[in-house]
Amino acid sequence: MSKLGLITKGIVKDNPTFVLVLGMCPTLATTTSAMNGLEMGLATMFVLILSNIVVSLVAPMVPDKVRIPVYIVIIATFVTVLQLMMQAFVPDVYETLGLFIPLIVVNCIVLGRAEAFANKNSVVDSALDGIGIGIGFTLSLTVIGIVREILGSGSVFGWKFIPGDGILAFVMAPGAFMVLGYLMVLFNKYLAKK
Amino acid sequence: MVLCLTAVCLFCSAVLAVTYAVTKAPIAEASQAKTNASIARVLPEFNGNPKLSSITVGGVEYPYYQTESGIAVLSTVNGFGGPLSLMVGIAGETPEVFNTVVLSHSETPGLGAKCVSENFSAQFRGWDPAAKKLQVKKDGGDVDAITASTITSRAYTLAIANAVEAYKAIAGSNEEGGQDNE
Repeated sequence: MSKLGLITKGIVKDNPTFVLVLGMCPTLATTTSAMNGLEMGLATMFVLILSNIVVSLVAPMVPDKVRIPVYIVIIATFVTVLQLMMQAFVPDVYETLGLFIPLIVVNCIVLGRAEAFANKNSVVDSALDGIGIGIGFTLSLTVIGIVREILGSGSVFGWKFIPGDGILAFVMAPGAFMVLGYLMVLFNKYLAKK
Repeated sequence: MVLCLTAVCLFCSAVLAVTYAVTKAPIAEASQAKTNASIARVLPEFNGNPKLSSITVGGVEYPYYQTESGIAVLSTVNGFGGPLSLMVGIAGETPEVFNTVVLSHSETPGLGAKCVSENFSAQFRGWDPAAKKLQVKKDGGDVDAITASTITSRAYTLAIANAVEAYKAIAGSNEEGGQDNE
């Protein structure tokens, strides 16, 4: 597979949210606005790229039996690094995403890519796969965030263009499920046509 | 197998130790800056050097920051979805609320969470508890509650009322011991 293909695969064919349907917890919980979705996506992408690189480096040396513990320790390390960095340099963002940053450790996407891709492929390919899946996840979360923010608060990225309150349900959990469901239908319909 | 896991864990601990050491100072700074920003919002003329103390009123401990222009009291009550934490700036001889700011809350988005917005909180600016009753209108007070969020509004109001009580206690204890304190 070409290098470019590795990246686009993560965005379209193997889109983590709409096709693989992985990592639903942060997807549903943090996408109350476009900005929150974008920030959560970027945070996950950071961990994903680094953990993919390190896992592909150490994979040949790790015995099969302790494979999963080793991957989880590596992922948890990067998540903690990210958490401390965010607390130090972007405390506002850290406050909004709060609990969902440590939860990246158990995000299926990150362990999934380590297990399904990084431990069988070269460092460069794994990094590209991390970038692709990361961009796919970030874009999906941002799109869900944009739709929910327009319907729920009448604004995009905090820029308000519809006065008033918007449809409350879309800011809350039920709206997250509805938006995700409809976007999934649209996305897969588009994929099936191709 | 054991060797491999040990090596990975050791390496990861080392990475974390370094990150922790690097970020420790900025994190402390960020949290201090946040506290200062909150105090600057709830009190007039804040010089940026708060002194943290605490006082116990009715079995509840209220941490507070004493500044030249007034006192910023941290007051936490139970809201609709969990603890609702406010910083209330109070000043003057007959205590007057200067401003309030929500430090943390877990109220319902779109309903109780509106307590953060100016529409609701602006009414407490310059509130004189002696002249206006700190209770929502439904309970016979003077506070305009948020539509469909009476419980949150009640909690917010209670937090302010508690802070006023704490302020009175602080002022009282300052007067009593005023001569002896250095």
